[in-house]
Amino acid sequence: MVTRALPGECPFDKSNATGMPRRTALRFLLGTVVGSLATLLYPVLRYLVPPAESGLGVGEALAARIDELKPNSGKTFRFGSRPALLVRLASGEYRSTSAVCTHLGCTVQYRPETAQIWCACHNGCYDLNGRNVSGPPPRALDTYEVNVRGQEIYVIRKQAA
Amino acid sequence: MNAASRVQTWIDERLNLDEALSPLREKTVPVHRYSSWYFLGGLTLFLFLVQLFTGVLLLLYYHASAGEAFESVQNITNRVQFGWLIRSLHSWSANLMVFCAFAHMFSVALARAYRKPRELTWISGVILLFLVLGFGFSGYLLPWNTRAYFATKVGTEVAGQVPVVGRAIMIFMRGGEDVSGATLTRFFGLHVAVLPALAIGMLISHLLLVQKFGTSVPVSVEKEWDENPERRKEMRFFPNFFLRELIGWYIALAVLVVLAVFFPWELGTKADPFSPAPPGIKPEWYFLAQFQTLKLLPAHILHLDGELLGILGFGLGGALWLGLPFIEVFAGARRVRWVKIGILFVLIYLAGMSVVGYVAR
Repeated sequence: MVTRALPGECPFDKSNATGMPRRTALRFLLGTVVGSLATLLYPVLRYLVPPAESGLGVGEALAARIDELKPNSGKTFRFGSRPALLVRLASGEYRSTSAVCTHLGCTVQYRPETAQIWCACHNGCYDLNGRNVSGPPPRALDTYEVNVRGQEIYVIRKQAA
Repeated sequence: MNAASRVQTWIDERLNLDEALSPLREKTVPVHRYSSWYFLGGLTLFLFLVQLFTGVLLLLYYHASAGEAFESVQNITNRVQFGWLIRSLHSWSANLMVFCAFAHMFSVALARAYRKPRELTWISGVILLFLVLGFGFSGYLLPWNTRAYFATKVGTEVAGQVPVVGRAIMIFMRGGEDVSGATLTRFFGLHVAVLPALAIGMLISHLLLVQKFGTSVPVSVEKEWDENPERRKEMRFFPNFFLRELIGWYIALAVLVVLAVFFPWELGTKADPFSPAPPGIKPEWYFLAQFQTLKLLPAHILHLDGELLGILGFGLGGALWLGLPFIEVFAGARRVRWVKIGILFVLIYLAGMSVVGYVAR
């Protein structure tokens, strides 16, 4: 079949030049182009995933100094990249839990008048062992070990049993 | 009627896209021995699109403050998956874009495509080139490394040499007396908000003007065609030229990826404002010609400050370059040859000085 070439187009019937049908050649080229562009898309998609935060894995943090907390009070401190809570009970004993509410991630606080851990966002309550006792929180807070060394109070992430 | 054509009809009924796009269907590109130069503008556009895309990606992890900028770029290159690749693509594409923009401009200048009625196309193009250089200048401070710090110090100092308003300009650029975190914030805003807005606006004007006046044909070819009208050849823009352009873009992408992967862009060392400039420090290649000129000028020329004279010379050169179409009209038809020689001189001067600057210690 002889087709009239468009201006600027090669006037030859290209399918005869190489022996490869034009449709096959075009499909091959299209496949190569789409394939190579998809290959480039992969690094972009991986790039969008943020790298794991190194701070999360911190096993231990200085929570407070011994003279900082009165009995029946609490303090939030930085544990890795997240906030955590240190509570000194009326008995003088220390407890520590994660300060990230298990409901929608607000930061909880110690409420001395009820001796409970309380989340102000949706009125969730936890007892001093981190168990969710009322309100919307679905799970207990993570708890940490407390270790007093000299004048400093350290909090340690519990090893998974 | 299948789903795709029904969607098309639906859109057409409302927006009348068919009519709006019809000039693009009518558009043709002249075919002659210099036709390959027509690809350079589109290539620059492609690299600009790569810059927009990779730039937005870099914004996901970049922190614009003197205390964190270097570390955040380090984080991108070392910790974020394929971060090194994205950053390297952005740097390489920037350099290739500057190169293509220069090549496009000189090809247009030497073909004297700025002749009536395309003066405004030329002016919008030169402004785009200045904006591209602005992108380069503001962009390479952002990693806050030693080279960036001193290049910015020198660059803003140069602006400060301009008589009367220079000092005010310098303080405005630096956000204070010295290059500091305030400068970084300003350059960041310029690089990611002000310049893109201006460049996209100017780019749209440039493309509309190109569309309105069509593609220029070099004078020599035009003359041949006027003598032998049967030799006049054209190609449809869509799809004939467009597909060829896409092949060009595809090749450019391949070159870019190879450069970015095998020659990843270095980060250098973190800028320390209180340490001396390292020996042999130089700006990016596209500022080398100016840098070298200022270095070579004597301290005093005819009782005038040599450096000041150099800076004023470059300012005047830039203004003349912008007004090139009018200079040609002013020079008259008989002196057109001199305009062409002038353009060649500018090209040889910039290229030569860049080489000298590159080799010089």
